[in-house]
Amino acid sequence: MFKKILSTAITTLVLSGLMISPAAMADTIKLGAAVSLSGKYSTAGNHTKKGYDLGVKYVNSMGGVLVDGKTYNLEIIYYDDESTPARGASLAERLILRDGVSFMLGPYSSGLTKAIAPVTEAHGVPMVEANGASRSLFNQGYRYMFAVLSTSEQYLQEAVNQIAIKAGKPASEITVALAIENDPFSQDIRAGVLDDVNRHGMTVVIDDKLPRDLSDMTSTLVKVKALKPDLLVVSGHSKGAALSVRQMKDLGVSVNMLAMTHCESAKLHDKEKFGNLADYALCAAQWSPSVSSEGTVFGTAGNYSAIFNKEYGYVPPYQAAESTAAVIVMADAITRANSLDKDAVRDTLAATDLSTFYGQIKFSEAGNNIAKPMILRQLIDGKYYVVAPANVAEAELVYPRP
Amino acid sequence: MITYIKILIDSPEFLAQLIINGLLVGAIFALIAYGLALIWGVMDIINFAQGEMVIFGGYITYTLFYQFGIHPILTIPIVAVLLFVFGLFIYKTVIYRLLGEKDIFITILATFGLAILMQQLMQAIFGPDVVTANPELGMQFLFDGALIISNIQLVSFIIAVFVAIVLFVVMKYSRLGQTIRATAQNPRAARILGINIDRVYANTFAINAALCGIGGSLVVMIWTIHPFIGLVYTFRSFFIVILAGLGNFMGIIFTGMGISAFENVTGFIIGAEFQAAVIFCLLVIILITRSIRARKKRQYIH
Repeated sequence: MFKKILSTAITTLVLSGLMISPAAMADTIKLGAAVSLSGKYSTAGNHTKKGYDLGVKYVNSMGGVLVDGKTYNLEIIYYDDESTPARGASLAERLILRDGVSFMLGPYSSGLTKAIAPVTEAHGVPMVEANGASRSLFNQGYRYMFAVLSTSEQYLQEAVNQIAIKAGKPASEITVALAIENDPFSQDIRAGVLDDVNRHGMTVVIDDKLPRDLSDMTSTLVKVKALKPDLLVVSGHSKGAALSVRQMKDLGVSVNMLAMTHCESAKLHDKEKFGNLADYALCAAQWSPSVSSEGTVFGTAGNYSAIFNKEYGYVPPYQAAESTAAVIVMADAITRANSLDKDAVRDTLAATDLSTFYGQIKFSEAGNNIAKPMILRQLIDGKYYVVAPANVAEAELVYPRP
Repeated sequence: MITYIKILIDSPEFLAQLIINGLLVGAIFALIAYGLALIWGVMDIINFAQGEMVIFGGYITYTLFYQFGIHPILTIPIVAVLLFVFGLFIYKTVIYRLLGEKDIFITILATFGLAILMQQLMQAIFGPDVVTANPELGMQFLFDGALIISNIQLVSFIIAVFVAIVLFVVMKYSRLGQTIRATAQNPRAARILGINIDRVYANTFAINAALCGIGGSLVVMIWTIHPFIGLVYTFRSFFIVILAGLGNFMGIIFTGMGISAFENVTGFIIGAEFQAAVIFCLLVIILITRSIRARKKRQYIH
């Protein structure tokens, strides 16, 4: 009896679905996204999803996407990739083959993007990604992948330029210490820093590669204490950022300039948890609510931040902002292509030159955004101030670190 | 590398800093390793979820500190009790099924599975963020600030030593300790003499869990933790036990401390990326020499 009711219900549902769907599908363009909603990237994955959702909401509210005289709304089909690359790849396959999406938005992290890109590439599905910065994504010859963010080797180059200006001595006398995790993404950052260090002719006195399962930095930090470098660069995801500021204090290590990545995800600005341990650290960021860039959908960066804050109750981290930017870029490319053909959209994406609240977006041959610089923010008393590059700076860099 | 060696020779205060730091925090690892040795010796179970229990203890301290405003050091007894109960629960659900298991891989698989389960649950409950519970106890400046020792490391050393002494006394003189030792020596004989060995096993595993919890409280006060960092502590305790040998209480304490100091110095000289590699090379060398030595001694293997 129960089974019969159930099967009738299912049949009805399926039939009604079949009847409604052609009409409903006509007005929506489905975008596919596998995002980490659980697993170790879940925090950042949720920022990504919120960024996408807000982008879709605003693009739709402003009239959606106009293709061939017809208006379409955007809609995203999400799957949770559980922060595992293999899962991400199979979900991308599922999105394309079963759900029939023609356009994809990227996952969170370089690792997941690396897993998904070959799939979208094989099916010729254009993907705009916002959270895979590793340099190794852009030397594979991918034609259908476009990234709105700056690549990883740019993350801390600005810090090297800043120490060259601020140190008050010839570059050849400036010493730099590197404590960078031994994973592809962080090593890209190291390569970028080393490029600039060599260009200026500075000396690297410490070059430690931190293990992935970093639990103690005593040996590296005592070395820093002994050699007193002018600039200490730390990059080891959030655990590296949190551990280094915590242990520097306990070991009595101080440097004139401390440059880091992942300050935001480690929540170094949270005074309840870290007090003032991380004060005056320089933090690399893709974007900040205070940068002076604007676009048509959200207006200025500050405006976007206010809208996001109203919607979700917190200031958007750059992971959310770049995700929203990816949606805007995708909508813009489809509009300009004036077609839902995958290759046509791929070509307009490649020709993108767009101003957004997130910054200028223009892709290189390899698909990375070459128009937006990385910014450097200084953490002072729980707040981040943009201090470099000069044209977007809102405050003077405090040097040396008190 | 030569530069770094030169620094240590020219300025011995840095060498002292590395060694003292290592010795102080090494006591924590010794505590965790002792727990591992205890259940290994008594129950013949190698617990690969050791590190996860450490991290779990750390998270409890962190939560009590931030949610209830209890000073992190005062959370240690609470953590010990909670982890003891948690240990009993794990014993009743998982561990007792592994007793007498001939195939070591079953034990490893089961406890490894437990480790993964705990990682994911901790992530679901506490979130994936990196956390620390800074007790802000200040520092000791010795020799005009040439040597800096943070008080929390000093305090945690004292706590670890205190726990070790309590443990030693309990094992030696208390009824519980006697039954544990009797069971370790010969479970069958112990059972014939009226010892409830099932209860002994449960208590032993629970004591191990409590030790891990105490270790975790100290870890979150000195460093940082996140749900996926447990394996470091599992391997380290495993390593210490292998090096010191089962049932060698003092050996475990000194190996734990010595290894950390050694690790700091090698990390300083050849860089953080080879720190673990050197330790494991050392392990291989010690195992090889031990097996060569053992070969000379003929004995009946059962």
